[in-house]
Amino acid sequence: MAGLFRRMVSGLKSRRWLLIRRTLQILIVLAFVVDIPEVGRIAHGNLSSSLWFWNVPLTDPFVLLQSLLAGAPLAKTALIGAAIVAGFYAFFGGRIYCSWVCPINMLTDAAHWLRQKLKIKGNLTLSRELRSVLLVMALVLSVVTGTLAWEMINPITLFQRELMWTSAAGVTFLAALFLFDFLVSRRGWCGHLCPVGAFYKWLGRYGRLRITALKIDACSGCSDCIKVCPEPHVLAPLVAQKAMTVTDSDCTRCGACLDKCNSGALAMKLDMHRGVSFRGIPIVKS
Amino acid sequence: MTKHTTAKELATVRPDVEEPMRRKVFKRVFRHMGVAVLGTVVAQAAIFSRPARAAKILRPPGALPEKEFDSTCIRCGLCVKDCPYDILKLASWADPAPLGTPFFVARQDPCRMCTDIPCVKACPTGALDPLLTDIRKADMGVAVLVDHENCLNYKGLTCSVCVRVCPIRGEAISLKPIQNERGLLQIPTVNPDKCTGCGTCEKHCVLSEAAIRVLPRELGLGVSGANAAGRGVW
Repeated sequence: MAGLFRRMVSGLKSRRWLLIRRTLQILIVLAFVVDIPEVGRIAHGNLSSSLWFWNVPLTDPFVLLQSLLAGAPLAKTALIGAAIVAGFYAFFGGRIYCSWVCPINMLTDAAHWLRQKLKIKGNLTLSRELRSVLLVMALVLSVVTGTLAWEMINPITLFQRELMWTSAAGVTFLAALFLFDFLVSRRGWCGHLCPVGAFYKWLGRYGRLRITALKIDACSGCSDCIKVCPEPHVLAPLVAQKAMTVTDSDCTRCGACLDKCNSGALAMKLDMHRGVSFRGIPIVKS
Repeated sequence: MTKHTTAKELATVRPDVEEPMRRKVFKRVFRHMGVAVLGTVVAQAAIFSRPARAAKILRPPGALPEKEFDSTCIRCGLCVKDCPYDILKLASWADPAPLGTPFFVARQDPCRMCTDIPCVKACPTGALDPLLTDIRKADMGVAVLVDHENCLNYKGLTCSVCVRVCPIRGEAISLKPIQNERGLLQIPTVNPDKCTGCGTCEKHCVLSEAAIRVLPRELGLGVSGANAAGRGVW
């Protein structure tokens, strides 16, 4: 009995980041849908623009940027909301949105999990730069067409609308996305194609919340962290002991590496000073 | 018979021989061109398949003209949530309007013309114009008596339900007597300057398909020509 309990505790501990992350993601989805008795709904709207706790406006800066490029006039509430969101991600790190907020991440993570369970090897290799191409295309098309180009397909708000109004017209697209990640391309959507991720990556490229190798001497070099990382290239300098922190803006701060690492070498840290020293040796910039 | 050696085979036999630079450049150039062409085709298809708004799709009060509305609305649905009568919906892929934009269908559920206009207050971007403070100045469309064949008043009856349900009765729609071969008819007549396009008349028309319909203004009304003789040469 005690053994079972201990196994459960260690099982939870080795999934603690995943569990916290999923809980937050699900809570955000539910906040828009569920009416709490006596309190009501705590979030209105959807992830493109919302009102939290009846007062706090939040607006997706990417959607607002498309709208402004399409020719919309400036509006106070939307700008305040976008400034709050952009400020948060610019300070902490842009792609936190991808792994902690975006509901599509649950869909693609499920596809990836299934892909690994069924040991599907076939993989369409895509360039990770494709998402930047799509981002530029979305912005250019917004200027050219005068509509919010990415919002014609954006699966994030599509998912929320389907959920809120129980329509199912867009389910085909969400299913296609799942199948694409499951059968065609490993981490294809979030890791290679989604321009929202590319936007947040750009927005939070100096984000200060970083995976840090606190005890780099404890690292056994097993590179298990790289195997579970959705953007494995970001960890490469750490494992090669060439850097102390993950500075690549592709990092989604999902914590998969922290869950996986047994050595305790890694931690999530708010890194307020620049990389002035490495293993106690000051870095001199040429 | 000579057998050509491909670059790949050559690379395995003679790893010291590199793929010619020119070939690499061509490969890269053609790959980029392929992506550009594919991107253009997809993007163009996206532009041209952009669903135009169908006539039965009406925008909430204060909505900017359709083109500006399309660029200013960020598809958040805050107006939908603030509508106390739940008439508004956000367009799904199955609806004849740009994805995620709010609309209502008059025949199903007309705008109740709340005096405090909560949907406009909820809009974070001004796609629903915050300058609209008097709901009677709203312009969601214009009611048009489209069917003169089946309208009961045209048949000589005095149904007049469209006139009686109008929230701006007597101003936006009124009965005008017309003498024709059937006798004296009382014809529901819309004043386009006063009609807000709320759709109450369309909702309550007793026919199984409404004889009076709210249309977006540019569909429901003609525009008189710039010169006295009508439209120009073109």
